[in-house]
Amino acid sequence: MLTQLFSDIGSIWAKYGTVYLTGIGNTLILATVATLIGCVIGFFCGILQTIPYGPGDAWIKKALLKLLRAVIRIYVEVFRGTPMILQAVFIYYGMPYFFGVSFKDIWTVSILVVSINTGAYMAESVRGGIMSIDAGQFEGARAIGMNHFQTMLYIVLPQTLRNIMPQIGNNYIINVKDTSVMFIIGFQDFFAVHKMVSGAVFKYFPSAFLEMGGYLFLTLLASFLLRKLEKKLAGESNYELVNTDQLVMTAGTYQFSGSAPYEEKNKDYQGEKP
Amino acid sequence: MSEAILEIRHLSKTFGTHAVLKDVDFTVNKGDVTSIIGASGSGKSTLLRCVNLLETLTTGEILFHGDSVTGGKINQSAYRARVGMVFQSFNLFNNLTVLDNCVIGQRKVNKAPKNEARDRALYYLNKVGMLPYINARPAQISGGQKQRVAIARALAMEPEVLLFDEPTSALDPEMVGEVLDVMKSLAAEKMTMLVVTHEMSFARDVSTQVVYMADGVIVEEGPPGQVLTNPQDARTREFLKRFLGQSN
Ligand SMILES: Nc1ncnc2c1ncn2[C@@H]1O[C@H](COP(=O)(O)OP(=O)(O)OP(=O)(O)O)[C@@H](O)[C@H]1O
Ligand SMILES: [Mg+2]
Repeated sequence: MLTQLFSDIGSIWAKYGTVYLTGIGNTLILATVATLIGCVIGFFCGILQTIPYGPGDAWIKKALLKLLRAVIRIYVEVFRGTPMILQAVFIYYGMPYFFGVSFKDIWTVSILVVSINTGAYMAESVRGGIMSIDAGQFEGARAIGMNHFQTMLYIVLPQTLRNIMPQIGNNYIINVKDTSVMFIIGFQDFFAVHKMVSGAVFKYFPSAFLEMGGYLFLTLLASFLLRKLEKKLAGESNYELVNTDQLVMTAGTYQFSGSAPYEEKNKDYQGEKP
Repeated sequence: MSEAILEIRHLSKTFGTHAVLKDVDFTVNKGDVTSIIGASGSGKSTLLRCVNLLETLTTGEILFHGDSVTGGKINQSAYRARVGMVFQSFNLFNNLTVLDNCVIGQRKVNKAPKNEARDRALYYLNKVGMLPYINARPAQISGGQKQRVAIARALAMEPEVLLFDEPTSALDPEMVGEVLDVMKSLAAEKMTMLVVTHEMSFARDVSTQVVYMADGVIVEEGPPGQVLTNPQDARTREFLKRFLGQSN
């Protein structure tokens, strides 16, 4: 029986191998691009959601920030709370009704749908990641004069990224599998190839077997690569003590060639301005 | 006549209904090393956090070189860049190396050129004796070393005043000395400092001014010889009696 199965798989592969490979390629491109864009959306929402406001701020600022938070909240709840397959249908067939335009390119709409969907999940992951960063990191940054965006960009988000790597990986693996629902609007991914081929040769199981193996291979590979990336982001576990003689030379004869913006006030300042 | 850098005027701070600071009023002159002492919960940290605008004042104002920093006339980030702060818990940036901790603020806030920022960072790291560790991350160095890097980070911004909130309280006893030594050398160079401390020897030997706080008000202030050896107020005497009994 098994020999029958493998010979069926062999004959399907001989005929449709390149089609399957194209499907795999499309699945990987869609999942990768959409996860990356989804991350950007998530981090963007994270920055915007955490803009601080206090009792001392003007009411208009407070009102705008509250509105912004509400909009992000609604976005997250709607796209997390409905099936992606329906979102695809909704956006693909809804656009002509609302805007009188339809998508010419199936890639654009597919990337759009999966990115927006991933962004909704990532926004929550990033929010959680930001909340888990010690308040001292924010205060340290504010104390040297960084504003909210600088604090986020240089201090908080790099740490958040490291902390939520496992969740980003999770989302990526989910996307590798779940982009299969995009067949509903005609996207030619790995799963769509199965529907096409099995319909043509009437061999459902051998093709499904191939698909199962293919998806598992992809996700295992992704999982492996993500671990490597995680390790890399964690940074070196060792550091080298620097031979100070050389550094003292430069640091000891320290003289400014430029001037900080406040130096005109510093009367003791002896250096020359450029 | 020395020049006033910071003037705290009628500062009050309440959290909900809890009045933590009540009408606090004092001045920091250029070159002053002011020690703030007082019992736990008396509002010392809150006072420093208000001065650095990490807390919003309930009432009152803070003047920097005579200009109000709370009225919206001075850019608050620019003000913070000129008033350095060293925290009890160090608050070094965990994602950056020791060197980058001292470079990032200069680059992004002061917009200093790359080489200049690096040179200045190296200069101050050398000053606090942390030059060999420039490639280490905060998680890889000891508490005393972290605090010295935190001081170098603050100094690299070349602030006009440095605020310290119990910089040695989170340290093991054998590391307290190395941080105090750095602070003493800064005092010797006439760096203007405002230091919340439980180190009575620092308050007595290094500072030029001592402020004693209790229950959110300044009870007594003056030169250390006066406040610490000849306190006028009964509460100050009581506090010092309890304190000097254990820490000297
Ligand atoms: N964010 C806050 N919300 C509410 N109450 C606060 C807050 N921060 C401080 N307090 C209260 O303010 C009072 C003074 O606190 P603060 O930290 O300024 O004291 P401290 O003098 O620094 O004490 P310690 O010597 O223990 O550090 C305390 O009663 C504290 O509970
Ligand atoms: Mg305190």
